[in-house]
Amino acid sequence: MTAHMKHDQPDERNVLDHMAQGIIGKSLDRPEGLLKVSGTATYAAEYVIDGCLEGVIVTSTCARGKVTSIDKQSVMSMPGVVDVINEPRMIARPAQGTANEAPEHKVGEIHYWGQPVALVVAETIEQARDAAKNLVIEYAPALAEFNPEDVVPEPQPDGTNEGDLNQAMEGADQCVDLTFTTEGHASAAMEPHAAIAQWDGKMLTVHASLQMLNYNIAELADALKLKQSQIRLISRYVGGGFGSKLGISEEVVAASVAAMVLDRPVRVVMSRQQVFQTIMRRSETRQRVRLSAKADGTFTGIGHEAVVSNLPGEEFAEPVTQSTDFLYAGDNRIMQIAVARIHRMTAGSVRAPGEAVGMPALEAAIDELAEKLGIDPIELRLRNLPDKHPVEGTPYSSRKLAECLTQGAKSFGWKKGKRTPRSRREGEWWIGTGVASAARVHNVGEAKARVTLRDDGTALVETDMTDIGTGTYAILGQIAGEMLGLNPDAVDVQLGDTKHPRGPGSGGSWGAASIGSAVFLACEAIRKELAGRAKVKAEKLTLKDGQIGTGKFSLPLTELIGGKSISVIGHYEPGAVEKNFVASGYGAFFAEVAVNHWTGETRVRRMTGAFGFGRVLNAKTARSQCIGGMVWCIGSALTEALHFDPNDGHLVNCDLAEYHVPVHRDIPDLDVIMVEERDPVASLIQAKGIGELGMCGGAGAIANAIYNACGARMHAFPMTPDKVLSAMPD
Amino acid sequence: MKNFEYAGADTVERATMLCAENGTKAIAGGTNLIDLMKLQVETPARLVDLNSIDDRRIEEEEGGLRIGALASNTAVAVDQRIRSDYPVLAKAILAGATQQLRNKASVGGNLGQRTRCFYFTNIDQPCNKRDPGSGCGALTGVARIHAILGASRHCIATYPGDMAVAMAALDAQVELSGLANKSRMVAVRDFHRCPGYTPELDNILEPGELVVAVHLPAPVGGTQLYRKVRERSSYAFALCSVAAIVDVKRGKIARADLAFGSIAPKPWVDQRLTQLLVGEKPNMALFEKAADILVDGARGVGDNDYKIPLVRRTLIATLCEATEI
Ligand SMILES: Cc1cc2nc3c(=O)[nH]c(=O)nc-3n(C[C@H](O)[C@H](O)[C@H](O)COP(=O)(O)OP(=O)(O)OC[C@H]3O[C@@H](n4cnc5c(N)ncnc54)[C@H](O)[C@@H]3O)c2cc1C
Repeated sequence: MTAHMKHDQPDERNVLDHMAQGIIGKSLDRPEGLLKVSGTATYAAEYVIDGCLEGVIVTSTCARGKVTSIDKQSVMSMPGVVDVINEPRMIARPAQGTANEAPEHKVGEIHYWGQPVALVVAETIEQARDAAKNLVIEYAPALAEFNPEDVVPEPQPDGTNEGDLNQAMEGADQCVDLTFTTEGHASAAMEPHAAIAQWDGKMLTVHASLQMLNYNIAELADALKLKQSQIRLISRYVGGGFGSKLGISEEVVAASVAAMVLDRPVRVVMSRQQVFQTIMRRSETRQRVRLSAKADGTFTGIGHEAVVSNLPGEEFAEPVTQSTDFLYAGDNRIMQIAVARIHRMTAGSVRAPGEAVGMPALEAAIDELAEKLGIDPIELRLRNLPDKHPVEGTPYSSRKLAECLTQGAKSFGWKKGKRTPRSRREGEWWIGTGVASAARVHNVGEAKARVTLRDDGTALVETDMTDIGTGTYAILGQIAGEMLGLNPDAVDVQLGDTKHPRGPGSGGSWGAASIGSAVFLACEAIRKELAGRAKVKAEKLTLKDGQIGTGKFSLPLTELIGGKSISVIGHYEPGAVEKNFVASGYGAFFAEVAVNHWTGETRVRRMTGAFGFGRVLNAKTARSQCIGGMVWCIGSALTEALHFDPNDGHLVNCDLAEYHVPVHRDIPDLDVIMVEERDPVASLIQAKGIGELGMCGGAGAIANAIYNACGARMHAFPMTPDKVLSAMPD
Repeated sequence: MKNFEYAGADTVERATMLCAENGTKAIAGGTNLIDLMKLQVETPARLVDLNSIDDRRIEEEEGGLRIGALASNTAVAVDQRIRSDYPVLAKAILAGATQQLRNKASVGGNLGQRTRCFYFTNIDQPCNKRDPGSGCGALTGVARIHAILGASRHCIATYPGDMAVAMAALDAQVELSGLANKSRMVAVRDFHRCPGYTPELDNILEPGELVVAVHLPAPVGGTQLYRKVRERSSYAFALCSVAAIVDVKRGKIARADLAFGSIAPKPWVDQRLTQLLVGEKPNMALFEKAADILVDGARGVGDNDYKIPLVRRTLIATLCEATEI
């Protein structure tokens, strides 16, 4: 049985609020948490499979050109070496998120330094690594552009141009015209990309670390020219993805090809350096932000134009202006993205593509405008919240931005009034505060999940949805438990296996809302079936602690099931509400920083984030997502940057020692406020995406705080000590 | 990783004998060497494990303290005598790496740790230190972390460590043992070397020669500071660092022993600073002058230019803190 719904109308019923179990939203532990912290959760590379060979990817040492020869014989006699594989089914780039088809195949045509060109397979990982380093490859290198500043960027077709921004700027009481830069980011997930492939002549089974099995199976089938029915992908646990595992990447295909060629299981694990050099990056950006306002702070114009980069042929362009589009008022608007075609590794989705770098720039520009206007920066934002989409006129599905700004300000202890830089000093340290809004578009995807109410009174949830460390196992247990009157430990959630119905995949923060809606639909149908068996209306049912109550009588659920388990596939499909409303998560960041007068070192002393993202499904996992996002705000504000060699385009800081994500000591206690709301448009469970919102703007709050502390106005992220020192007044 | 032979040595004598052979490397904590072997930056044919040599003691000796080469960084940093008499050393060690790494890392290995230059650690790039004659990728490449003093046009890599910087300020001595039990003492200040035309040689060790111990001179008191500047507050190498032992007596500077990290191929000591400062009344103009002297020969290649004002300011801040002005 299938329970299908296309989301064409807002769902105002708030069904989960009327259930009896009382677990939805509760701060519950993740059911798989203990396995993870005790090292007993099995990740992709950790399956022990007899006779498994080890493959090591060989990557190019030039950024552009052709492979003219690969001398297999240079390594075939080395100990343990089984084969060197470079065949047309392999892929040269990772697939973009939701690509649903194989990416570029031609491993012999080099487009970036670090591109896979071959796979060396040996009996042990050490042998394979050594042989991979010894493989003699000849290239015919070609000239290549590496620096986005050196090429003319191609404007994207879908910009916004309303009214006349230039005129608005000229006629404004105050305006700012600023150019910001952000550097490339790496996802830097703890678990490197890894796959083990097994081929039995008909069926390919692959353990891999992937975020979106529903798309990945199509991508892999396309790459290998197999039918989807010949492939089983398994990704039960994913040690972080942050976008880098949205599409299949080279190790999955290489392991599969090798397993099919050699008729033995093959494992391919990328080295840390390869993860950095070969997998997706977030593009660096150059952003021009223009704001024009009347003396009372009303925006008359807003411009956000960005240059991003990608490889030739890639469609993805970091959507920097995505939330600027609907966030603030202003009749005269320009939003435009242009792509510089350069030869660095593929640019793609890294956590919160677009807003992660676009919002900090916008929010830093607003701070400068607020200073010029002499208006408190919170007040300035509040004065510019439109009632509806400023261009299209569509309504907001729900928006707690004003509440987040005011509640956050209260919790943080924001002082209204004139803000003078360099007015607080403790010893060598300048102390300052800053604020920024958060916004991140809400997305949903088609999703299916099977829910079975078993005759022993427990439930089983099955979908190929993944849990990338975010808490999907936990919240699906809570949704099904709430709907079916069961404690979460009576709900067995099985994820990350394509033998189950197709989920939406984890990406774009859409997982919980989409797959949660599918589970919800299945449970609703089960409730209906139970009501039928009890001969009452579904609304009359009370399900709690394995008991079923009808108002007239109450009996154990198992009796009503009576040996006939009920199994329903819930099928959620995004619908017309997507077009008819603007749906987004909102929030506000507040940061207090200390900047060292002598060295320019910046440390965040406290940070508050207040967020509204619809229904909270699990207060603990939701809060953890916010914290993770805020940590990344600190990283992107202060340290994270990919550095590319100007001569040959290779990425130089390609490990966790040199690519600086924040360490524990950089993170103060983070204050997270969740401003609950119900969003009838976001999903059938009234929840919006959380995963990315927490990092969309916070780096701007830190930049603003640095200025307020020491008077250094910077427009280049990350704000490392060298930049702070050169911008700090004497 | 390349195949290699593995041999244990339980005496210094045996270890030096084995290490004198071509292609042989000593291994202590392995926290640096093994990383480099995985990257095939180091490809020794044989490893000689020093861990069975019974010399991880920290013991008093006439006029100071002797630290066995195999003492862990943690053991040194938590030693009560070091914390009270040589606090600059404890502070420097604790400012480096992480607890886990410090537990494993040895004193000898810390002195022997290699540069973090991005071009040195990538075998697909030119590097005169790793592959003499191949060129220097950093000169025209990404050089944020590189040297502004003591470099040559063949190599601009830094010695990246913290511990040795404090030892240089303390003017500690390194005890070496070579073939046939030949031993010698070298000041920490002279242990590492500037690259000149031979950047492949990080230090003055002869083939087979090993660090056996570090000798700290008698305690000198004073205010001892280690200031390490970095983007993130832990688990990062210094952008620059200053080890300072400063004593003010009757309003005048009586001692000013200074050493600088991550700005040169070696812990950088400039005697002119001590000469300038000692005997003077601490004041800002004096510190500015000292800072100017420190950087008067400094040169960046672009990316690392910022280190010149940075180390200047860091020195001034450290002197202000030490003299409480
Ligand atoms: C991620 C990371 C971060 C780090 N951060 C810092 C930091 O912030 N500050 C800092 O100072 N250090 C830092 N380190 C470096 C660390 O301090 C060194 O790796 C460590 O001190 C090396 O000691 P070891 O005993 O493990 O040396 P090994 O790796 O065993 O050896 C290193 C070298 O010294 C040689 N050697 C070892 N013992 C002797 C001896 N007795 N005589 C002669 N030669 C010898 C070896 O042959 C080898 O060439 C970091 C390291 C890592 C991996």
